[in-house]
Amino acid sequence: MASKTRDTARPSAPGGVSFSLSDPTVRAVFYQILVVGMVIAVGWFLIHNTLDNLSKRSIATGFGFLEREASFGIGESLIDYHPRDSYGRAFLVGVLNTLKVSIIGVVLATVLGTLIGVARLSSNWLIAKLASTYVEIVRNIPPLLQLFFWYALVSESMPPVRQALNPIPGVFLSQRGLFVPVPSADPVWGTMAFALAIAVIAVIFLRRWANSRQERTGQPFPIGSATLGLLIGLPLIAYIAGGAPTALDVPKLQGFNFVGGVVLTPEFFAILVGLVVYTAAFIAEVVRSGILAVNWGQTEASRALGIDSGKTLRLVVLPQALRVIVPPLTSQYLNLTKNSSLALAIGYPDLVSIANTTLNQTGQAIEGVAMIMGTYLVISLGISIFMNWYNKRIALVER
Amino acid sequence: MTDNVHTGNVHTGSIPDERPPANTVGPVAWLRNNLFNTWYNALLTILIAWLLFKAIPPLLDWLIFSANSFGTPPQVCRQEGGACWTFVSEKLRFVMFGTFPYDEQWRPLITIVIIIALVLASCDRRFWKPWLGLLWIAGLTAVGVLMWGGVLGLTYVENTLWGGLPLTLMLSVVGLSVAFPASVLLALGRRSQLPAIRVISVTYIELIRGVPLISLLFMASVMFPLFLPTGVNFDKLLRAQIAFIMFAAAYMAEAIRGGLQAIPKGQYEAADALGLNYWQAMGKIILPQALAISIPPLVNTFISFFKDTSLVIIIGLYDLLGTAKAALSDPAWRGFYREAYLFIGVIYWVFCYSMSKYSQKLERDLHRGHRR
Repeated sequence: MASKTRDTARPSAPGGVSFSLSDPTVRAVFYQILVVGMVIAVGWFLIHNTLDNLSKRSIATGFGFLEREASFGIGESLIDYHPRDSYGRAFLVGVLNTLKVSIIGVVLATVLGTLIGVARLSSNWLIAKLASTYVEIVRNIPPLLQLFFWYALVSESMPPVRQALNPIPGVFLSQRGLFVPVPSADPVWGTMAFALAIAVIAVIFLRRWANSRQERTGQPFPIGSATLGLLIGLPLIAYIAGGAPTALDVPKLQGFNFVGGVVLTPEFFAILVGLVVYTAAFIAEVVRSGILAVNWGQTEASRALGIDSGKTLRLVVLPQALRVIVPPLTSQYLNLTKNSSLALAIGYPDLVSIANTTLNQTGQAIEGVAMIMGTYLVISLGISIFMNWYNKRIALVER
Repeated sequence: MTDNVHTGNVHTGSIPDERPPANTVGPVAWLRNNLFNTWYNALLTILIAWLLFKAIPPLLDWLIFSANSFGTPPQVCRQEGGACWTFVSEKLRFVMFGTFPYDEQWRPLITIVIIIALVLASCDRRFWKPWLGLLWIAGLTAVGVLMWGGVLGLTYVENTLWGGLPLTLMLSVVGLSVAFPASVLLALGRRSQLPAIRVISVTYIELIRGVPLISLLFMASVMFPLFLPTGVNFDKLLRAQIAFIMFAAAYMAEAIRGGLQAIPKGQYEAADALGLNYWQAMGKIILPQALAISIPPLVNTFISFFKDTSLVIIIGLYDLLGTAKAALSDPAWRGFYREAYLFIGVIYWVFCYSMSKYSQKLERDLHRGHRR
């Protein structure tokens, strides 16, 4: 702004345009052209070299290789995958695995981090000290080292498959991971999902109605227990109406591994525990500083108005603390997602690991790295947009 | 009653000090206030004390009491159970210095000492003078001479043989000192009034911050060779170093931008009013204040950067974590991962914890200045 007022204050030389570098406008344009020119020159130099090198090594550019047969196996996948499938599908498996570990990790890290952050502020000396010891130890050790440790803990300290630990009937713990029985497939699960969807819609309308009634009449509605009741009750009714099937798909030892049930692989366990433990330490600090940022007078004022301590926390302290918490929390979520790429080091098939295999097999280095970066940029952007939307929703409305 | 002299209600002479009420001082009161102030706190205290009682003795037992002393062969360790510290004593030099020629390992040792001394000197505010830069240049030159050799009668050591703690420290220190000037320029560019420069800076910073460091390291290891003209080739270490510099510059630029934003507009206007040009205003007025404010977040960036150097293991360099992992793959010493990871974990922890304590101390000092 300041430069603009200066520009207009300086009249250009009469009878023509001067190109003196002492004119701020000319100077601004000159420097920008200079910098952009340099960036373009460097870019052209790199692209020129790259094209030159590619033609010398006769590597075809482009994403055509995605159609070709991948011919490598992937340890765990959320969708059906065969080595005969294409590189494109393999990459999709990797993206889904990254999303899986990131989403579960974000949820668990938030829960653990909040608990520890609140524990650090506890009036109980033992709890506060324990929580701060946790934070100080975990924060200051590289996440990769922690991942290696968790992975070694499972893959080296657990018994081999044949001597698997069997703490609860049907649950097996071995080097190959944790095998847990799951309810067998049954049409009732579909009905229950449908019931849950109805419950969610009902809760949304109920909340709207309860809010408007409270605004009109001042009568509060027990919305918390009603929400809980609907969300649990409706699927439960559907379950009982469907005959309450209790058949379990129990893992059984077959050949060299267990078959059936659901498996928590050592790789997934290590990356998940590693990310959650590491990120929770940072989230704890974010939560702690957020709560401390709310003036104690707010709590006192709320209690003086006769609001009980639970509601004070929920309606007065938390909304104000969230404003401080959300922006740094967003960057912690982004860090967790980006750190999930460390999975490569322990062999969890995330998108970096699969792209790495792909580019080693095909030699398509540029495309492989571009796909990794592009996907992460999209994921980061998605998290940022969502958290910005949430931040705007809870932000202080200033008049 | 007879001893005391009463003149009406006035008490002459001094009364001995009352002891504070027994329920506010002393260990019992402390326990009551800090551990058993409510029924649920009492419950939690007992629960945690029980858990600690269950967890700590076996841990201490493994660490110290049943630990096998230095020199116990691995086979015996495996049978005995406790920690096997022979692993650390046996592999110490490999873990610390990697594959550096055995007889020349005093050179990386001095390197470690020089780098730590430089960092410690830079922590003291009395040393924040222009000659500190010269000291750094001299120190890093000495490090280069020591590590590469080839002059002053030192035998030449290829940098593919470097490893362990010196590699970790050099990657961090060189990366940060090269990235710092670049990050100042990027931060200024992001706040610039020239749209083209702003767009370039913002794009660079957000692009780097949006992708994981691993993808940059990949780029360095598989794409850099394609970027360069035929015949020119960097080795793996230099490529990783460039990736780290690119990465650190973006993150440090954001820390510095925070400092720049905290400078009141009046400072910019005062600089304009004095007739200073852009670089004079930035160099003499804005940056000295902004950098002082951004030191604590910058130190936090240093900490995460120091931890991130462990990622070079992925492109096949042997930093501290890499050498520890390599030591574990020795068939005779398989399975002692607890000892190995504990050992290097403590090293990493000492570095990071002291940096974070330093950052907290600086933050307090800076706040004191603001409060006056």
